[in-house]
Amino acid sequence: MIRVVLPPNLRTLAGVGREVQVEVAEPVTQRGVLDALETAYPALLGTIRDRSSQRRRPLLRFFACEEDLSDEEPDTPLPEPVVAGKEPYLIVGAMSGG
Amino acid sequence: MSKVRLLVGTRKGAFVLTSDGKREHWEVNGPHFAGWEIYHLKGSPANPDRLYASQSSGWFGQVLQRSDDGGKTWEAMGNEFQYQGEAGTHKWYDGSPHPWAFARVWHLEPSLDDADEVYAGVEDAALFRSTDGGKAWQELPGLRTHPSGPSWAPGAGGLCLHTILLDRTNPDRIFTAISAAGAFRSDDKGETWKTINHGLHSEGIPDPNAEVGHCVHRLALHPSRPNVLFMQKHWDVMRTDDAGDSWHEISGNLPTDFGFTIDVHAHEPETVYVVPITSDSHHFVPDGKLRVYRSKTGGDEWEALTKGLPQKDCYVNVLRDAMAVDSLDSCGVYFGTSGGQVYASADAGDSWNAIVRDLPAVFSVEVQTLP
Repeated sequence: MIRVVLPPNLRTLAGVGREVQVEVAEPVTQRGVLDALETAYPALLGTIRDRSSQRRRPLLRFFACEEDLSDEEPDTPLPEPVVAGKEPYLIVGAMSGG
Repeated sequence: MSKVRLLVGTRKGAFVLTSDGKREHWEVNGPHFAGWEIYHLKGSPANPDRLYASQSSGWFGQVLQRSDDGGKTWEAMGNEFQYQGEAGTHKWYDGSPHPWAFARVWHLEPSLDDADEVYAGVEDAALFRSTDGGKAWQELPGLRTHPSGPSWAPGAGGLCLHTILLDRTNPDRIFTAISAAGAFRSDDKGETWKTINHGLHSEGIPDPNAEVGHCVHRLALHPSRPNVLFMQKHWDVMRTDDAGDSWHEISGNLPTDFGFTIDVHAHEPETVYVVPITSDSHHFVPDGKLRVYRSKTGGDEWEALTKGLPQKDCYVNVLRDAMAVDSLDSCGVYFGTSGGQVYASADAGDSWNAIVRDLPAVFSVEVQTLP
């Protein structure tokens, strides 16, 4: 299972806690994780990726294993510790504005 | 005894305020969707427990919420607002062509007789409709693709469709207003549209009497007389008696005719309310005094309503969707401010009380009169 940490506003929207777990077929990629997340929690559709372009929303970032993966290709495999469930995949709201 | 329910959208969440028909004691429930911008929420006239809310955020985009129990619980609905066909371009602030792009829902207007049908006015300006309670949204593209569309330019708040008025006497008729394009009317349920801006005069655009380009801030009508519309334009308070075919100014003795909101008394079609704002560069009330102005003559002659409102050191704004009237025998009038106060009058504006004083900045106020 892949561990995903959500920003506070999305936890409220999805009705979940800080961290959720989703099952993702290998190879585990950012696209696969986000697809699984949106399938499990449809309220999140469009809030992380634009619904038509599937691009990351500009003020969100994706981190894992102390690396910023935000600008990686969506089909690049995620680091092994994330795939093994040892490290979470973090969706972070940029610290901009109030 | 009747009850009233206020639906208040703010910069950081939604609040539901309820009272009995005396409107003296209020219960405040919220924040719903804490931390999110709630541009507007509104109840269905066909089923008052059916509410729709526009929830948005610069970080997370648009969410559309629905309640079927009067705001106690909510469920996220569809949030896919896709322009139909080639979106094309409108004019940007510098005059260059700019691709049409969805940003948020500014206003939700539930159908008068079908709780599952609801219209959404969005930025960049377009009209959408859902017929399944908000799950799926389809654009009514005739408005955005009006021949004047490529010349529409955004106001300071964006190119937003902020006003949708439905006509109880004619289900085919819809009025909309777009900042800063102007007012539009459809007589075929939103399929085709005509501009209804004749008589508007706006300094600051190349042709002050142009067909489009006017920064209309808000339209209001009385349900019994839908051919009479009142308009708060960027500057000027206006009136039409022929469903928008021609407008004339009714600013009269107002201290300033800049403002955002305008509304009509529930039982007196000639009684109109505005909140004058100092100017387009000073978005606060003039002279530090919060004054609602009421005309009982359909415009031109205005009286200041001040009892219970701060008359010293007050510098708040009242936005376009932030005033509403209930339909109790003694008409209630409500408005919210950029300072987070929501004021109520149970006597048609003669006197006011603050229901709450310290909410986040208020974007919108709607009221439901319940049995």
